[in-house]
Amino acid sequence: MSVKTKTPQAPVLDADSINLLERLSNAVAVSGDEGEVRAIVLEQVKPMADEVKVDALGNVLVTRKAKADGAPRVMLAAHMDEIGFMLVDEEEGGLYRFATVGGIDVRQLVGKPVWVGKQHTPGIIGARPIHLTTREERGRSIPLDQLRIDLGPGGKAKVGDRAAFATSFRQIGPSLVGKALDDRLGMATLIELLKHAPENVDLHLAFTVQEEVGLRGARVAGYTFNPDVAIAVDSTPAADLPMWDGSENGKYNCRLGAGPAVYVADGATLSDPRLIRLLAQTGDELGIPYQFRQPGGGGTDAGAIHKTRAGVPSISVSVPGRYAHSAVLISRMEDWQNTVNLLYHSLTRLNRDLLAQPR
Amino acid sequence: MKALIQKLVESIGPSGYESTVRDLIKSEIGSSANNFEVDALGNLIVRIGEKSAEGLRVMLAAHMDEIGVIATHIDDNGFIRFTTVGGVSPRTCYGGRVVFVNGARGVIGGDRPDSPTAMHTIEQLFIDVGATSRENCPVKVGDFAAFDRPFLDLGDRLVAKSMDDRIAVAVLVETIRQLKGKQIPHELVFVFSTQEEVGLRGATTAAFGVDPDLGLSVDVTGVGDTPKSATMEVSLGKGPTVKVRDGRMLADPRIVRWMADTAEKAGLPYQMEVLEAGSTDAAAIQLARAGVPAGCMSIPCRYIHSPSEMVDYNDVQNGVRLLVELLSKPIELK
Repeated sequence: MSVKTKTPQAPVLDADSINLLERLSNAVAVSGDEGEVRAIVLEQVKPMADEVKVDALGNVLVTRKAKADGAPRVMLAAHMDEIGFMLVDEEEGGLYRFATVGGIDVRQLVGKPVWVGKQHTPGIIGARPIHLTTREERGRSIPLDQLRIDLGPGGKAKVGDRAAFATSFRQIGPSLVGKALDDRLGMATLIELLKHAPENVDLHLAFTVQEEVGLRGARVAGYTFNPDVAIAVDSTPAADLPMWDGSENGKYNCRLGAGPAVYVADGATLSDPRLIRLLAQTGDELGIPYQFRQPGGGGTDAGAIHKTRAGVPSISVSVPGRYAHSAVLISRMEDWQNTVNLLYHSLTRLNRDLLAQPR
Repeated sequence: MKALIQKLVESIGPSGYESTVRDLIKSEIGSSANNFEVDALGNLIVRIGEKSAEGLRVMLAAHMDEIGVIATHIDDNGFIRFTTVGGVSPRTCYGGRVVFVNGARGVIGGDRPDSPTAMHTIEQLFIDVGATSRENCPVKVGDFAAFDRPFLDLGDRLVAKSMDDRIAVAVLVETIRQLKGKQIPHELVFVFSTQEEVGLRGATTAAFGVDPDLGLSVDVTGVGDTPKSATMEVSLGKGPTVKVRDGRMLADPRIVRWMADTAEKAGLPYQMEVLEAGSTDAAAIQLARAGVPAGCMSIPCRYIHSPSEMVDYNDVQNGVRLLVELLSKPIELK
């Protein structure tokens, strides 16, 4: 017999939550060099966790036990790394040739300021200006091998340093605007859920490395945790702008303001139908807005986790964001709050009966 | 076996939604086995026999899933845009029919093509379920469907959607039935796997869980016996194949010899298979944990990944005979 207790309350995002998101967004953690963000995570999670460790690849693995024994072991994953650049060759006058790290559209790079190295040394990605280019040249995008990061003479950087877009976080009305909100929003969500941990599940939080270069951190984190269920919490593009010719936009992926994007299928994972039902029913019954992300390509940490060991029932939930993988991403505060709500309440409803049903 | 085959191919199980096929397999195996398990990714794992001193733990895999489509958008007028699950070509879509996991049925139409000879892309195709608005459309974003086509019995030749890989499921079910009551030196682990068509995912985790000494997948393979086909030394009706290689696996040469020698001794027809692209669950089994000697027996199949895949019934029956021979005696890999 169960004893009726007060209805659990999802964490309410406040000024502290935004401040933490701002710190995370402004930190630089290009894949393979996640130390700056990791330091923030460790500082945040240590007071609340039962166990914290940093594994061989640099993932932060956090455990918070349930109140009772035999609780389902739930892994939540959010990646610490972001897309960016790596300096590959130094030329004279503080000009550096660079490579991209993760999925970057080279057409977007000209004229962008960047932060280089651990000191966030300011640099600019430059190109010849309009005065000195021909009409024909301007009709083509400039290939990566013709772009340089300009640090100026004496600019302190060395080959191998990472660089990220130099975008400072801002809150503008209902919107959260910054770089690397993919996936600092996911990380901040995990920290909120740790602060207000549901008591019915063992929470295993993985703040992962190297997601943007192939879900590498999540693969080993999934092996370590060996969980009963996994949820990747990420950011997914909202390509929801109107079509230029007024036709119906049928390829929007997801929409801003329509709630967390629940994954049915992406390029790396077919979500577990039991978890799709859990999230959808939770949203429907509690009136929490959510949307199904349009099935298609792409992938999250779930793509690696669900294939670890003998398999893990997995799903992904993302906060929608416009202009993903560019210098700036725009998300809505209400979508973030609803993501926290949906995850929190779904976790409180998660039990072994759900997993006993055949997939 | 034809009745079993018909039931299997007329069930639907697009990748990730294999439960109907799984339930059917369970009931068809019935009392021929008593150790059934469904794992985290939905694989059905059926164990027979115990490993004796001279025996091995042998994993056999045939995938339950089939290619299909997923709804991505329902437009204002109730037409469904979709993306593919597994290797679906737009060539085989237009005018075809689909059935959704929720039971809704529809036909595939397409935007007006740019020219009379242009082929639709997947983005230019849509499913018409007879709805007239988003509100009365019985399908929502994220719903899965499989192609819809009845079984066709041409005598020796059998035609259906999802012969890939229900024909191998039928072969394994029939093998289990025929092994019943036989003294077997091995622990045989039959894995009816999930999500093969999207990247051998079910077999990857099943192989970790089973931890076999030897792995064998059963799947379909392409042929070179139709007009102006690609050159390939495999034909319908000349026996099941012993796979030497495919796009992702080099079969263990000891397994290739064991399979070919066993077929020779039993007087069963077989063909050597060198497949240039594509792969099977065996590729995932081979790389599980610290590595597993692995191979594959294929049933030759025409028009793979179309809604009308054709196999030869003699190849199917000889496939069962070869598996029974392979599995009922001690295995010496050399």
